[in-house]
Formats: sequence, C-alpha cells, structure tokens
Amino acid sequence: MSTLPTAKAEPERSGFIGWGRVGLACVVVFALVLPFMSSGYHLFQYAQVLNYAIALVGLNLLTGYNGQISLGHGAFFAIGGYASAILVAKFGMPYWVTPPIAGMVCLVAGFLFGLPALRLEGLYLALATFALAVAMPQLLNYKHFDALTGGSGGLQLAKPGAPFGLPITSDQWLYFYCLGFAALLFLAARNLVRGRIGRAMVAIRDQPVAAETMGVPISYVKAMCFGISALYAGVGGALSVTIVGYVSPDSFGLFLSLSFLVGIVVGGLTSIPGMLFGAWFIEFVPNYADQLTSSLGENAKALPWAVYGVLLIALMFVMPRGIAGAVTAMAARLQRFTNATKRA
Amino acid sequence: MSPSALLRVEKVSVRFGGIIALNEISFDVGRGQICGLIGPNGAGKTTLFNCLSRLYTPHSGQIQFEGRPILKLARHEIARIGIARTFQNVALFGAMSVLDNVLVGAHSRGRQGFGAAALRLPATRREEAQLRERALQLVAEFGLGDCANIAAGQLPFGTQKRVELARALASEPKLLLLDEPAAGLNHEEVEHLRGEILGLRDRHGMTILLVEHHMNLVMRVSDQVVALNFGAKIADGPPQQVQSHPEVIRAYLGDAA
Ligand SMILES: Nc1ncnc2c1ncn2[C@@H]1O[C@H](COP(=O)(O)OP(=O)(O)OP(=O)(O)O)[C@@H](O)[C@H]1O
Ligand SMILES: [Mg+2]
Repeated sequence: MSTLPTAKAEPERSGFIGWGRVGLACVVVFALVLPFMSSGYHLFQYAQVLNYAIALVGLNLLTGYNGQISLGHGAFFAIGGYASAILVAKFGMPYWVTPPIAGMVCLVAGFLFGLPALRLEGLYLALATFALAVAMPQLLNYKHFDALTGGSGGLQLAKPGAPFGLPITSDQWLYFYCLGFAALLFLAARNLVRGRIGRAMVAIRDQPVAAETMGVPISYVKAMCFGISALYAGVGGALSVTIVGYVSPDSFGLFLSLSFLVGIVVGGLTSIPGMLFGAWFIEFVPNYADQLTSSLGENAKALPWAVYGVLLIALMFVMPRGIAGAVTAMAARLQRFTNATKRA
Repeated sequence: MSPSALLRVEKVSVRFGGIIALNEISFDVGRGQICGLIGPNGAGKTTLFNCLSRLYTPHSGQIQFEGRPILKLARHEIARIGIARTFQNVALFGAMSVLDNVLVGAHSRGRQGFGAAALRLPATRREEAQLRERALQLVAEFGLGDCANIAAGQLPFGTQKRVELARALASEPKLLLLDEPAAGLNHEEVEHLRGEILGLRDRHGMTILLVEHHMNLVMRVSDQVVALNFGAKIADGPPQQVQSHPEVIRAYLGDAA
C-alpha cells in the first residue's frame, strides 16, 4: 500500500505545534520563576529585556513583516518614555496608567510620521528615520520645553514598590509589571500577524502591486503599521523609564535605535517570540563583551565593542535567519527524529 | 452595443511618452462570456489589463463595470466590486505559504481591522475560519493541497500559475482577467487549464477576459475575440471570424502575408 502522499505533511505539522507548546510552556515557567532566582541589578536587566522586547516586536512588525526599515525607533521609545515621565512627574498620574497613554501618543506620532514616509522606499526611508533618531535627543533638550522635560537635567521619578501589600520586593514587582505588558503585547502582535491584516502586511512587503490589486489599501496599512510599531516602542519606553526611575535626553541616543535594528535581525525577522532573544542580545551581550575583555587584561580593555562586532558577524553566519530561525530549524529536526523513532 | 454588457471599454487611450500603447480602444464583454484578447508582443494587452485594475489611468476614455464607471475608484477598491486578475510575470507573495497567498486573495471579502485582529474578537475568529475554509477549498480544487504550507516562491512555475489563479478566485470575482495563463505550460497542462477556464464560466458563471498567445486555446474557449495591434483594435467578433480576418493575419505574419 502506498502511504507516501498522506504520510508526508500531516504528522510532522501537528507534532511541530506540539513542540511549539512545550517551548512556550518552558518560556512561561522560566519567566515566572526568574524573579525568585535573581535580584537587584540582574532583575532590573531582565525587566529591561522585556521592555526592549516590546519595542523590538513593534519594529519587527514594521520592518520584518511590512518591509519598512526604521533606523529611528529609539525616537519613539524616547517619546513614550518622556510621555510617561512627564505624566507622572508633572501631572501626578500614577505610573501604571502611563504606558497605554504613552502608547497612544506614539501611535499618533508614528502614524503621522508614516504618512509622508509612504513616499520613501528602502534606503530613503532608512535615512528619514535615521534623521528622526538623530534629532530626538536635541528636541528633548530644546529649552522651550524645559518646563515639561526638565531640559538636559531630565526628570527624576520615585521607584514604585509592590502594590496591595504583595510580599515581593520592588524589583520583583517591576519585573512582573513589565512582564504583564509584554505578555499582552506579544499576544496582540501574534494575533495581528496571523490574521487578515498580518497577511496584508507581508503581502505589501513581497508584492505591493499585487497586494493592492487584491484589495489591500496599501497606504493605510503601511501608515497604520508605522503607528502600531511606534505604539509598541512607546510602551516599551514608558515601562523602561518607570524601572530606571530617571529620564534624560541622553537616555535615547542613536545607538539605541541601531540596537533595535540589531535586535530584530538577531532575534529573527518575522518572528514574534524571537524578539525575546533579540532583546536579551542587545541588553546583555555588550556586558558580556565588556567582562570578557576586562578578564583578558589591560590590553584588551578598549575592545569590548570589537568583541561585540565580531560576535554579531559570527552570529549572522551561524544563524542567518536569527536565533528564532535557528530554534525553529532545530525543533523541526527534533520532530523529524521523534517521528522517525515513532514509526520505527 | 448590448446593454447587458458586464464590462464596457470606451475609447480608452494610453500613452507612454511617445508610445501610444492603446489608441481609442472600445469593446464590450457580456456577462458570462469568455473574451479572448490577442495581439502580437507590445500590442497593448497587458496595458489594457492594467487600466482595468487601475494600475494605469488612461489619458482619455471610459471604463464601465456593471454600468458603473471605475476610473474614479482607487486601486484597492477594484477587487471589492468584483474584478480579479493574474499577472503575466506571476506576482505571488513569495515568502508566504500557498494558503496564505490565497487568503490574501480573499482580502476584499473580509473586514477585520487592526484592533479586531489584535484582540482576536469572536467575530474576527468566525470571519477567519470562514476565509480559511473557503481558501482551503480553492487550494484543494486547484490540486495545491500538498503544497498548501510551502512558500509560494519555492514552487515550480506551473504550480505558481495555479496558485495565482486560486488567489484571484478567492475574491469571488465577477470578472476574471487572465494574463497569459498558458505561458510556460506544457500541452497537458494547457488542456487542463482549458477545462478549468470553461468550468469557471459554466459552474461559477464568471466572465473571463483572457490574454493569450496560445491561439489554439484562445480560439477553443472564447465566445468573442478582440485583436489588438500597436495599440489599436483590428478585429472584434466570434473566434473563427477574427482568426480569418485579413488584418489579424497580417499582424501575426507580418507584411509578407
Ligand atoms: N509602464 C510602461 N512604461 C512605458 N512603456 C510601457 C509601459 N507599459 C507598457 N509599455 C509599452 O506599451 C506597449 C504595450 O505593452 P503591453 O505590455 O501592454 O503589451 P502586451 O500586448 O501585453 O505584450 P506582450 O504580449 O509582450 O505581453 C509596449 O510598447 C510597451 O513597451
Ligand atoms: Mg503582456
């Protein structure tokens, strides 16, 4: 009996979803126990990974899925951060209501930036967004805004403690606070890319003319995509400012924008979960490079960024589709192996 | 001209710099008809398609679909009024799966927006399930079941053409524009395509405008054939009549004929 045609695709696929579930469960458990395994600065860093991951998801929706490059998402991170800080420091709002507001502010800002950006393709769009990243720190420093932004001195915020008398430290609470937002926003992004709009986003990236012929209103989807993507960056920025407890124009330099781009490529373009890896990379790898070079003695001390660079290049060679791509490939191989043993 | 025409092209002219790609082209296509559009390379066939899908705006002339002028519509509104097409050079979404390509084809049949999609509201889920079911039917109908989850860009050319056809049909069009669907297909595949085209008309009541160099196919499936040469209409009528039209013969064989 010939079983070839049916035996091919089906079991592998259903099994693969199985491994996806296992992976997700592991991530969830890991994320929940992490704050009880570490503390202080490390825990702060993990929370920051989550905030970066949120921003990376936003940038990936724009660049990975929709094909619009942005070298300036640090600017939206900054707008979100400042919006949150101003609302808390100048308007006395509780910190936990600010991320949605910051997100909305950035949604509008991103949409408005996205409209003229519709006329720009590829490298030209990269330059326009680059200009945004370059200009942002100085705009935030502009002296007529001093009353709101605190000028070059920035704004200082009190570090919030755990509410409702929860028996956890402030660091643990802030970690969970960020985790909650991250979980919601990851879920929303996953829903988005799996539906009609997500398909339209990718279709625009691959074949804009055909997409439009199928009824996709390209301009609207692209501008909206810019808005949503800025919203994510803005929420990430707002959360980040809360856990850092301080904001100044220098907090959001050009390097942050470039790091975001590094993060989505390292994590995996068109992967949502991959953004956790990407965020981990941009938060920790510079540190590791620093530690590595200082452990090599005085002569290597000046080289952490060289190490970072080499690591980055190596990674692109070993994992051309980012960490998420490598993990998926590994899971697929594992699945084929388990299928083979099951059949045997 | 028959009042029941689904599509009416009236004196449509398109210029590109000095080139007159279409010169006052007029013809009607009746509901449920298969209309072949023939002509040598560069005759303006694809240009006419591009006018119908609003990729180009004619310098003069009018196009009516179901009695409605369409030249005021935006490109993305064309699918919703019931016009779908395939592309001469295959314009699939290469990185997307075959199923997703077909689902994009159904974009105009859905309504979920950014918010509803992100929240995955019950209505969104229902719509998604419906679109998916219909797309899977099409995928099966066109023998694409085995490659439904494969990236469209990785498929052989012949299969890609079938994906394009399935994708165009996903919008449930009234008028289907096929730009050289037989190009690059072998004899057997062409025969299969002929059956499919006739089936679309007979079973789904679709109206089809078919650009094709494969004369045998055009002449056997068409109810009406329009011939273009250098942007001008040189013949319009039943296949046999157009085929034996002296201007058409001259256009294809050159002045030697
Ligand atoms: N976007 C454009 N810009 C400039 N010239 C164009 C453009 N599109 C078409 N043309 C010109 O218009 C004329 C008609 O081209 P068209 O593609 O419509 O021909 P066709 O009948 O589809 O030919 P083929 O059978 O080779 O596909 C050609 O001379 C072509 O070079
Ligand atoms: Mg053509």
